[in-house]
Amino acid sequence: MKNVNRIGPMVVMAAATLYFLVPIWWLLVAASKSRAQFNNTTPLWFADFSLGDNLSELFAYRDGVFLRWMLNSVLYTGGAALIGTVLAAMCGYALAKYRFPGREAIFNIVLSGVLVPATALALPLFLIFSQFEATNTFWSVFLPSLVNPFGVYLARIYATASVPDELLEASRLDGSGEVRTFFTISAKLMFPALVTIFLFHFVAVWNNFLLPLIMLGNERLFPVTLGLYSWNTQVNQIPELRMFVLTGALVSIVPLVIAFLFLQRFWRNGLGSGAIK
Amino acid sequence: MRPPMRSLSILLTSALAVTLAACSSGSDDSTDEATGGAASCAPASGNVELTYTTWIPGIEDVVKLWNDKNPNIQVKVQTGPNGNGGTYANFFNQLKAGNAPDLGHIEYDALPSFRVQDGLTNLASCSEVTAAKDQFVDWTWGQVTFGEENSVYGIPQDTGPMALFYRKDLFEKNNIPVPTTWEEYAAAAEKVKTAGGYITNFSQSDISQFAGLSWQAGGRWFSNDGSKWTVNFQDDNTKKVADYWQDLISKKLVSSVPPWTTEWDNAYNKGNAWTWVSAVWGANSIMSGAPDTSGKWAVAPMPQWTAGGTSAGNWGGSSTAVFKSSKHPYEAAKFALWLNTSEEALTALNKAAQLYPATKAGATLPALTEGVEFYGGQKIYEVFATASTQVAADFAWGPTMTDTYASASDGFKAVVSGTGTLNDALKTAQEKTVATLKSQSIPVAE
Repeated sequence: MKNVNRIGPMVVMAAATLYFLVPIWWLLVAASKSRAQFNNTTPLWFADFSLGDNLSELFAYRDGVFLRWMLNSVLYTGGAALIGTVLAAMCGYALAKYRFPGREAIFNIVLSGVLVPATALALPLFLIFSQFEATNTFWSVFLPSLVNPFGVYLARIYATASVPDELLEASRLDGSGEVRTFFTISAKLMFPALVTIFLFHFVAVWNNFLLPLIMLGNERLFPVTLGLYSWNTQVNQIPELRMFVLTGALVSIVPLVIAFLFLQRFWRNGLGSGAIK
Repeated sequence: MRPPMRSLSILLTSALAVTLAACSSGSDDSTDEATGGAASCAPASGNVELTYTTWIPGIEDVVKLWNDKNPNIQVKVQTGPNGNGGTYANFFNQLKAGNAPDLGHIEYDALPSFRVQDGLTNLASCSEVTAAKDQFVDWTWGQVTFGEENSVYGIPQDTGPMALFYRKDLFEKNNIPVPTTWEEYAAAAEKVKTAGGYITNFSQSDISQFAGLSWQAGGRWFSNDGSKWTVNFQDDNTKKVADYWQDLISKKLVSSVPPWTTEWDNAYNKGNAWTWVSAVWGANSIMSGAPDTSGKWAVAPMPQWTAGGTSAGNWGGSSTAVFKSSKHPYEAAKFALWLNTSEEALTALNKAAQLYPATKAGATLPALTEGVEFYGGQKIYEVFATASTQVAADFAWGPTMTDTYASASDGFKAVVSGTGTLNDALKTAQEKTVATLKSQSIPVAE
């Protein structure tokens, strides 16, 4: 009976794992094939390995515009996630630790912001930026990406739970200013939550496709998602682009994988150390 | 109901944007003065900078040819996904926000929707534009003027005259004559089936191919008498085409894999599909999708509805339009004319993106008069050059084609999986199109 109990979940998990990994496997295999072999070899197994050729062709195409897109994506998402996390942490911390009139009202408004999908805001943002003739600029994508109401929510919950009021009082008595206390003591206590917020924010900005689609017309400013999508819409006319789209899609998930592998270590450490205390 | 964080970012944004606006307003003032007579298509007195949005890959190299020679009229390229992939939606947003580019890439079937929204500049007052009329293949001029006097809403850029791609080797091996009429084509389909293949793949989701087939047969889907639109996907000619393909589908003589997929490429690469009635740009699709069949293809004129007939359909093609908000229609039109008529630009466009020119002279570009190795050395573009002259000039598109395509495609997919007929699907698509037009307050004749 005990074994049966274990087998059931294992089967479900194995099926789910397979379900999630097969597309990535397919992508890896497809990106390693030459154009000629892509169509007439088994889709889920390797033919002659020409990933290297595909990569160098992709990186050389149109003066390396693809690398530029990757760099843009890292700047948009990395930069926005970093600054956005700091802002969300400060906001959530303030809402958790300071008493001031309208605190709950502000928090509720932030919470309702969680419910507004980013896609619904893209067009209004475009019209606002148009008023200031600031569309088609780096900032038109970067500034709106800094906002992360869900991060504020998480930061508040976590600050309430993990930053003891006594500690704050102690540091105040020792003469530390509020800002210094936040960065040297509270932020460190909140670190696991900050990593979570950072990751969520990173993925959200990386996947926010509509905003750059609407804002940007200059190819040199595109994030990689928009660039690959543009190429993909032209596959009918320029079939050569298909291999670039495939190889590019594979390369474009690398930063996400790295971010997760690298950061989940901090995540687990933090949660673990919190548990022992 | 915005969260405070967002308001903060908007504040930041505004502050930044004000600075940006302040920086750019200086140059704006000078151009404003220069364009007093924009409506009458007069040249500006100073230097002009134009923006041009297109998704043609490699367009920068073509535009550079112009910019090097025209220091007074500099063109800046903006790009994005193809029209229906988002760029048309962007154009509409930009028109609303007042920052549309001067020039935009618009396919023929999308031009009426921009016209209906009053987004385009009528270039008829530009004498250089009207003078260029005779340089273009006649029917392309019909596409940009909508058959009206005194109106030119874009400069024709490229076209997709249709012909029959067929597997020469397989037809010869099985002793099947190359069909010249649709009747022969259906007879050939039976023989191909016996030989273990399909005569072609019926495009279930790309309705523009079916539109091209109807165009050839004399089907006319939309017309506009100046005040009202007439929608008719059920005229006798369109019905005839739909019945014809319905018959092939019912008898399972055609395959029906979704177009533009690897599955579809495979059908051609493995020799399961023997012909494709497609546009000139299809030559490249086969080359890249079916590399193993090099040297085995040939191109013949489209099968005809009456023996000895000479009519062809068109699938695809686009124009360069000047948006209403452009302050420099004269310069914009001048650039668009250069881009779409000069030999250097047409050669470069063909090289960069295989665009097939809309001008009469374009058919004789060196690249379009050579034999093509993939097609056994046949000078395939000569077939298309002839086809281009046989496309009827009075086929018009409606103002909501994206929507029409989507509803027709829903019906076609159902037909392929065994529900309903193509004519049912077209009937439904017509009803839905009329409903959409009404919902957008576009007058429709009942």
